[in-house]
Order: sequence, then structure tokens, then C-alpha cells
Amino acid sequence: MTSKDSKAGWSREEMAARLAQDIPNGSYVNLGIGIPELVAKFVPEDKTLIYHTENGLIGMGPSPVAGQGDPELINAGKRQVTAMPGAAYFHHADSFVMIRGGHIDLCVLGALQVAQNGDLANWSTGEPDAIPAVGGAMDLVAGVKSIYVITQHTTKHGEPKLVESCTYPLTGLGVVNRIYTNLAVIDITPEGFQVVELSPSVDFKDVQERTGAPLFTKRESATAGKK
Amino acid sequence: MIDKRVNTAHEAVADIFDGATIMIGGFGEAGSPVELLHALIDQGASDLTIISNNTGSGEVGLAALIKAGRVSKAICSYPRTANSTVFTELYRSGSIKLELVPQGTLAERIRCGGAGVPAFYTATAVGTPLAEGKELREFEGKKYVLERGLRADFTIIKARTADVHGNLLYNKTARNFAPIMATAANTTIVQVQNVVDAGDIDPETIVTPGIFVDRVVCVAQPAHESELVAAGVSYP
Repeated sequence: MTSKDSKAGWSREEMAARLAQDIPNGSYVNLGIGIPELVAKFVPEDKTLIYHTENGLIGMGPSPVAGQGDPELINAGKRQVTAMPGAAYFHHADSFVMIRGGHIDLCVLGALQVAQNGDLANWSTGEPDAIPAVGGAMDLVAGVKSIYVITQHTTKHGEPKLVESCTYPLTGLGVVNRIYTNLAVIDITPEGFQVVELSPSVDFKDVQERTGAPLFTKRESATAGKK
Repeated sequence: MIDKRVNTAHEAVADIFDGATIMIGGFGEAGSPVELLHALIDQGASDLTIISNNTGSGEVGLAALIKAGRVSKAICSYPRTANSTVFTELYRSGSIKLELVPQGTLAERIRCGGAGVPAFYTATAVGTPLAEGKELREFEGKKYVLERGLRADFTIIKARTADVHGNLLYNKTARNFAPIMATAANTTIVQVQNVVDAGDIDPETIVTPGIFVDRVVCVAQPAHESELVAAGVSYP
């Protein structure tokens, strides 16, 4: 494999669409900033999901029509959004009661690294001159029922993001249930990374070569793990 | 008769003293009490500890207070914002201390401070650098970290409507930290767009009961931080 292959497999949109298929109808979902936000665009029409944004809105809708937004109606990424019929506003303590209290069904997050035991690093590279900033990531992974990670399989430099153990500062211990990359869908199991599905353009060996820990093929009983 | 109104933002913040700890409402620009922050810059208090989610954008509002060198410590969850290098520069030069707190832990620390609860256990941050040095305890086989409640000398927040008793209604996601911050300070100062008489707000809809509010100042047309930043405004 060469570094130019690092974008092989599914596109970002295809990754988001693949993940969207797996979310049960009626789920309360928190989507992180970046690729996770794309998931909302690919939810099949026969499903209704209810989106939570931790700054104080459940029932979040898409971006407003240009010129009709309100600077005080924003999402966790501080972009203007809308409120769907049935939405509710609340303060931060209640918002994190929803998160920490296990009321949100699914959170989709990006990652710097995911370890084979489900440890997640996604808030800091630990570089000495970086300004540390964590937001709600640690609360989300500690409290939401299922955590899906959506990420490129490797870094821009071709280094594995799926690893034996994280070298970056952790966001949470053993919190990830399933990973969607450009190359594969992978569950975290007690035995490690278990491949659920491969992108059509790659084979198992390709994916293993770009993964920092052993992969297993899917077993018959495997389903997305629940914490 | 109860009337918590004060005439100006300057009057509202006049007694904030050097070394004070201040909770500041807002998530990004939503709910940021820009006019109270500008009055505080004019007032001159320094060596402040601020408790807030972010550190402002551009060179207005909270970012302007930091840029003016008035803040010695920030207790904050996400001190990085597009359009602002103010916090970054002072942090890198060692002129401002940072206590980084996960957002939900920050909210619960404030809630507990207001509720008279000195500390609580949470699973958030267990096993991460943000739990280092803190007491861990296991409940039903799961590890939790002990976090302390937070209180402040002052809270400054923005709401949409107040009555003269200080009962508050908010606008959309501008609510964010304001209702809990209002409970956790010795003195809570609120800027609102309009003030109505007692009885004009349906008691069933009140979000923050006036018992948590000390001073209300009317700022009929508050500036939006993003518009000031886009216009290149730098305060003062």
C-alpha cells in the first residue's frame, strides 16, 4: 500500500450513509462536529431520528435558509441551525443529565485514535503548544448508550488510527462500540477489532495492513456491542 | 415593592472587585452578555477568575475582557474559538491560567455550587488526564471521579425578558449555562431586552425564578458578537 491509497474505499458521504443505515428509527442521537454531522443527510426517509445538541436543544433541524437564522439558535459547532416541530430547549445541566444519565441512544464522534479495547482519543494530540479544549466529548462517551466512531482509516500520513493502545491523551476508557472508516465497518469486541463489512474496493489484507492491531473476521453471532 | 432594575450596565457591574470570581453565561455568542462585559472592561476590575464555556471571539465581549489583561484564570471547557487568538496568545505566554473542565462536568459543578452540594462523583473523564490527581471511587463495579461544586462572587448573564422580580425567560439556545450560573453566585446580574411588570409572565413558563437574580438591566438591542467581529470592532 502507498500513502496515496489512504483515501481508498468509501467516500466521506458513503461512510456517513453506511452508518445512517444502522441507526434504529426513533433514536435520540448526538452527532459530533465534522464527518459525524454528514450522517443526518443520509438517514433513510422511512426513519425519524431526534437530534440532540449539547448546548441545549433536542429536536435540532438543518441549517436555516440564508438570512433567516438566529445567532442564538446554534449547534455545538456554533453553526446556526433550526428547531423541528416538537423540539425543546433546556439549560446545560439538563442537557448533560440527558447525556450522563444514559438518555441519549447514540453518539457519533470523530477520532484521532481508537484502541482495540475501545479506548478513544479524540480531543488532544498532547502537543505542548496546543491549547487544550475538550468540550462535551468526555461526557458523551461516558454516558451515551452507544458510541460510533466515523473516521478515515489512517491519518493523512498513512499512519493507522485503529491501534493496539492509544498514544494520544484519552477521551474515555473502553467506550467505543463500532467504527466506520473509509475501508470497513469494525466492531469492538472482547477479542479486539472484528470486521463487520469491507468497502467493496478493498480486501481483508489491505485493511489489516493499514490497521495497527489484529483484525478478526465477523462471526455469526456478532452484532454492534452495547455498553 | 420589589424592583431589581438598575439603570445602566455600568451601574450593574460597579461593585465587581479585583480578584473576583465571575461566572459568564454563553455558549459561543449565544447568550454572551456583551454589554455587561463591555461595562466590566470600562469599570476596570482585574485579576479576575472567569468561569465560562468558551473564551470569546474576535476582540469584543469576553475576548476583549481577556485581551485587556483583566483575567488571570479561566475555568473553561473549550477555550478555542474561530476568529480569536486572544486567549491563545496569553495562554502560551503564561499570562493566563487554565483549568480545563469537561463541559458536562462544568455544568454539574455549577449546578451543585448553586444547590449547596459540595462535590459529586461522575464517570466523565475517568482514565483521562483531566481526572489526574482526583479521588476515584467505585460504585457497583464502575469507576467515578470526585468533582467539586463551583461558586462565584458574581454571575453575569443575558436573558430575553425579565419582570421586576427578576423572573427570567430566555431565547432559544442562548439559555445554555445562564439558569444554573444564576443559582451559583453571591450576586447575579442579568441583561435583558425587555422588563415587564410582576404578573406579566405566566408563572408556568418562568425558566429562572427571580430568587436567583439580584440585578436586571435593560439592553433593548444587544449586539451580536458575530456581527461585531464581522464589522472588525475591537472593544474599547
